[in-house]
Amino acid sequence: MRNAVIVRKGNVLAPVPAVVFALMIGPILLGLFGTLLPAFGYHPALGATQWSLAAWWALFADPSFATALRITLVTGLGATLMALTIAIGAVAALHNSRAFVYLKLWLAPTLAFPFASFAVGFAFLAAPSGLIARILSPWLTGWQLPPDLLILGDPNGVALLVALTLKECLFLILMLVAAEGQSQGDAALRSAQTMGYVPTRAWLVVMLPQLYPQIRLPVYAVLAASLASVDIAIVLGPAAPPPLAPLTLDWYGQFNAGDQMKAAAASVLQVFLSIGVVALWWLGEHTVGYLFCGIISSGRRHGVIDQAIGWIGVIGAGAALVTATSAILVLLLWSLASSWTWPDALPQAISLSTWRESGATLAPLVGNTVVVAVATSVIATGAAVLVLEAGIGHPQRRQIGILYIPLLLPQISFLFGLQLLWNWLLLDGTLSAVIFTHFLFVLPYVLLVLSEPYRALDPRIAITARALGAGQIRTLMAVKLPLLMRPLAVAAAVGFAVSVGQYLPTVFAGAGRISTLATEAVALASGADRRLAGVVALTLTALPFAALLAALIAPGDRAGDRSASE
Amino acid sequence: MSEGLILSDVTLAVAGITLIDRLSLSVAPGEVISLMGPSGSGKSSLIAYLCGALDRQFQASGTVTLDGVCIDRWPIERRRVGVLFQDDMLFAHMTVGENLAFAVARGVGRAERQARVAQALAEAELTGFTNRSPATLSGGQRARVALMRAMLAEPRALLLDEPFARLDPSLRLRIRDFTFAMIAARGVPALLVTHDAQDVPGQMLDLGQPNPRF
Amino acid sequence: MIDMTTLLTPTRRQALIGLSLAPLVLSACGQPTGAEIAANAPWDDVLSKARGQDVNWAAWAGDAKINAYIGWVSSEVRLRFGIALTHVKTNDTANTMHQLLVDKLSGRTDGGRTDLIWINGENFTAALDAGLLWGPFAQHLPHWSMVDTKGNPSILTDFTVPNNGYESPWGMAQLTFFYDSANGVSPPRTIAAFSEWAASHPGRFTYPAPPDFAGITFVKQALYAFITDRSILSKPVVKADFPRTTAALWAYFDALHPNLWRGGRAFPPDYPTLRQMLEDRETDIAFSFNPAEASTAVTSGLLPATTRAYILDGGTIQNTHFVAIPFNAAAKAAALVVANFLLSPEAQARKADPRLWGDPTVLDLHALAPVDRARFTDLPNTAQLPDAAALAHALAEPHPSWHVHLVEAWRARYAT
Repeated sequence: MRNAVIVRKGNVLAPVPAVVFALMIGPILLGLFGTLLPAFGYHPALGATQWSLAAWWALFADPSFATALRITLVTGLGATLMALTIAIGAVAALHNSRAFVYLKLWLAPTLAFPFASFAVGFAFLAAPSGLIARILSPWLTGWQLPPDLLILGDPNGVALLVALTLKECLFLILMLVAAEGQSQGDAALRSAQTMGYVPTRAWLVVMLPQLYPQIRLPVYAVLAASLASVDIAIVLGPAAPPPLAPLTLDWYGQFNAGDQMKAAAASVLQVFLSIGVVALWWLGEHTVGYLFCGIISSGRRHGVIDQAIGWIGVIGAGAALVTATSAILVLLLWSLASSWTWPDALPQAISLSTWRESGATLAPLVGNTVVVAVATSVIATGAAVLVLEAGIGHPQRRQIGILYIPLLLPQISFLFGLQLLWNWLLLDGTLSAVIFTHFLFVLPYVLLVLSEPYRALDPRIAITARALGAGQIRTLMAVKLPLLMRPLAVAAAVGFAVSVGQYLPTVFAGAGRISTLATEAVALASGADRRLAGVVALTLTALPFAALLAALIAPGDRAGDRSASE
Repeated sequence: MSEGLILSDVTLAVAGITLIDRLSLSVAPGEVISLMGPSGSGKSSLIAYLCGALDRQFQASGTVTLDGVCIDRWPIERRRVGVLFQDDMLFAHMTVGENLAFAVARGVGRAERQARVAQALAEAELTGFTNRSPATLSGGQRARVALMRAMLAEPRALLLDEPFARLDPSLRLRIRDFTFAMIAARGVPALLVTHDAQDVPGQMLDLGQPNPRF
Repeated sequence: MIDMTTLLTPTRRQALIGLSLAPLVLSACGQPTGAEIAANAPWDDVLSKARGQDVNWAAWAGDAKINAYIGWVSSEVRLRFGIALTHVKTNDTANTMHQLLVDKLSGRTDGGRTDLIWINGENFTAALDAGLLWGPFAQHLPHWSMVDTKGNPSILTDFTVPNNGYESPWGMAQLTFFYDSANGVSPPRTIAAFSEWAASHPGRFTYPAPPDFAGITFVKQALYAFITDRSILSKPVVKADFPRTTAALWAYFDALHPNLWRGGRAFPPDYPTLRQMLEDRETDIAFSFNPAEASTAVTSGLLPATTRAYILDGGTIQNTHFVAIPFNAAAKAAALVVANFLLSPEAQARKADPRLWGDPTVLDLHALAPVDRARFTDLPNTAQLPDAAALAHALAEPHPSWHVHLVEAWRARYAT
């Protein structure tokens, strides 16, 4: 019996998925509604009670709107396209080579590095007053003062696009590797190669069509995130005007009816933007797929395309890893520096004073971060187990698709409305609200990590256990979960890592009162003090890294491979 | 009054294709009836159906009666129908003793439970294996443990899905005989699905033509 | 080095208070309301009612030295008055405003979760108009008599709008420029001079993009230089006249921008980035609202000791920042006590200490007893402080409507 086998009767957990979906989608819908009302003129507290489209006219008429929209679209789509190309190219060109093993090892710590801190490090590397310029000056360049070069914050958002691309391609490589782990591609690849296909082309032709559907949702999530990014856009993007998401945040910060309603309209617009761009991408997928069929069946064993993609991938992935690592090192140096001015390539003096003195201020932040992250990951892992257990036999992909919704919607579009809900329940600014809001974003990732191992578990084990008289719950607790210890630990660690990095959800649900390392990192990223930013960034990276390490080291090898090996 | 396992007009279909058409048979306590047929003839699906784990994609009709009680609508754990698969399905994270203890009914006290486990091991000539990990056992030993575990649950019927297929030919005969002896001794009706005609100890049913799909 | 020595114990206590308040909010649905207090109640009544109350003070937390100061306040009010003060760290006052708005919408008129807000400018006007503030209370505070209302008219009128005692003054802010004197920079001392200076030093100066507050203040400062009749600035904008009155201003910026940092094609998003750029030597001149900013930056090692600060000839824009009490504050008595303590000579002097924060005082030094006056005159005069006489030369903030129109106009011209 190849297919997943479920129990006809006796599925006590059957209502669980519906409950979980309701718990997730419900608040999101409420949040969207809460944002929708002011967009159509209803903001009673600020004296606006007439339904009207005034907010929309104001939005479209705003001088910055058109450019902000353009920047958002270009950077969002562009970064995702480039990141995907690099990821595909890197995996296609390098898989099975020794370099790939090193690449995968190098990947882990760079992924734990939070985006906001990456942006700060990247900014310091690339700026005309930054590290690269300092290393080369003045002996090579002759610059006595930093040159007036428009690299960061350029009006078209190129720096932003590059940074997004570099960080996201690493994530997509991880997704491809994970998807590849599930498929049995090696044999097919080898036979393609024996037919004369060069390795890169063989991978593109054999593996990519199989793997793309599996990474489709992560790609959409990356697309949505690039369009809606706030923290990196603030650090690296243009300021006048900024992309749409930070611009919306600016408007939310102005306490008058006009700006508030513009902000609401912009938030709603971003939802449609997200949907529209994803739809456009979907069309693109089909177009590319159609063209690709022609390429596949052309029989060409090697060509310019695979060479080009391969090179883009290798260079891109290499650049991404080098940049991410340099960014971490740069922030490490800053955290240890007492003074580091132009044009010195290294700090003038090293001291531990920043670390020592920030210990007291960081302690409550770390406390908050860890408490929220542990609670969220435990709850999310538990919920994921229940959902997976209840849904055995159902087509899983649609379920997970629904739970991906929080990742596909721009956070700003429903977080504000959600905050109104928390406020009304007297819960905003509490840890509980923050935990629940984090849960919305953590659950999809946990499910993503856990669903394959869960389904790969030989269904006959559960049947045997139940035939021996154990009910569903007892089978789950005594038999299934112990066998899934390692994947559970990894899933929880991933959930922990995702929670640690959440910025906007913490700000909104916490009503600005609950500070975590992530909120502090963004607050410091705007340049208050790079030394402190370094300390916070490193602490922020260390936490998820430690969690993942713990999950991978944890014992669990008795839970060996029980997948059907016939 | 034990009447054994009775199937009446059992029909299994999936995606519009009928795999099993109005199968009726009756297995007396201690009797072993074998089902033969090539791949795709629905043997494993029938096993799944009988123990209560049929995949949702299947449509099933007919009735299954066990010791006079209709068990169609019952969940797996209530049916008291044991299953043995090709692979022994021993729980890798538990010791042999824990695997066996898992099968003993819930209300049984600790001392009694351990006694039953010890007795089962003795019957299988595996005394002293209580704390061994299943991974350290040989194929034949694992097959015996799996059988004893199934028996410890005091099933009222036993389903065997090609349980000897993975064993070395040299072992196969011994394990087969051991299994059938157990079944006869406990008086449990058993349904055996197999490829191998040599496995058949008694009555045999041929499930007919292979499915054109395969 | 970062001066966080005062942070250690109070912050830990604060954190514990803050974290433990969260479940309290959940379970108790807000703090025990107790009886209301009248703003003009006898001060002894206020003090006794305040004892044991918890005050949540929502204040911007983007600056470590300000957080440190608030930490000191917290430990002092606990010692002296038995008040448990929590610094509710916000990134943005708008968040607090939203929360109060929703409270008002849901009819939550007491047991509110914020008792004191650090506020100024248009936030105040909007909050007052929306009925979110409690008062008037400021003139009933014992220390009110020491406040320099004559010398600083902006204390009574926040951005030209009379505040009627709905907010109590806390500190002053004045646009101050600073630069590194070791670089041989001879900084411009008037707005017009900036244009010339930028022409001869292209790419070495810039300002944050409005609507950032520091950025728009620079624009307002420039407006002062080009407006013929300054009295219209204290009145609401006459829309029809706006293009004409600001024509010279925009001409100035049109000429200035090509000589700015990055040719005016990019702007820093906020003040901290602007200061960072000075550190990185990307620009030569920066400006801030805190006259002692350069001083404290030097103390924490962010800027070299050769940094100097100055005020433009003719004076720079000055405003006052305040604390206010929300309409539904649960601990009004304690909030009054804290607001009063903030006005005490001891608290004001510590705030004005350029080694700690350097925020100018709102008190009239002549109205103080000699002992208290000495607290101020004894403050170190670091080399990085602007000339005190120049500081006295201050320009008032224009009417809030100018702010809105200027932001719009700037963005329409330069942020498209």
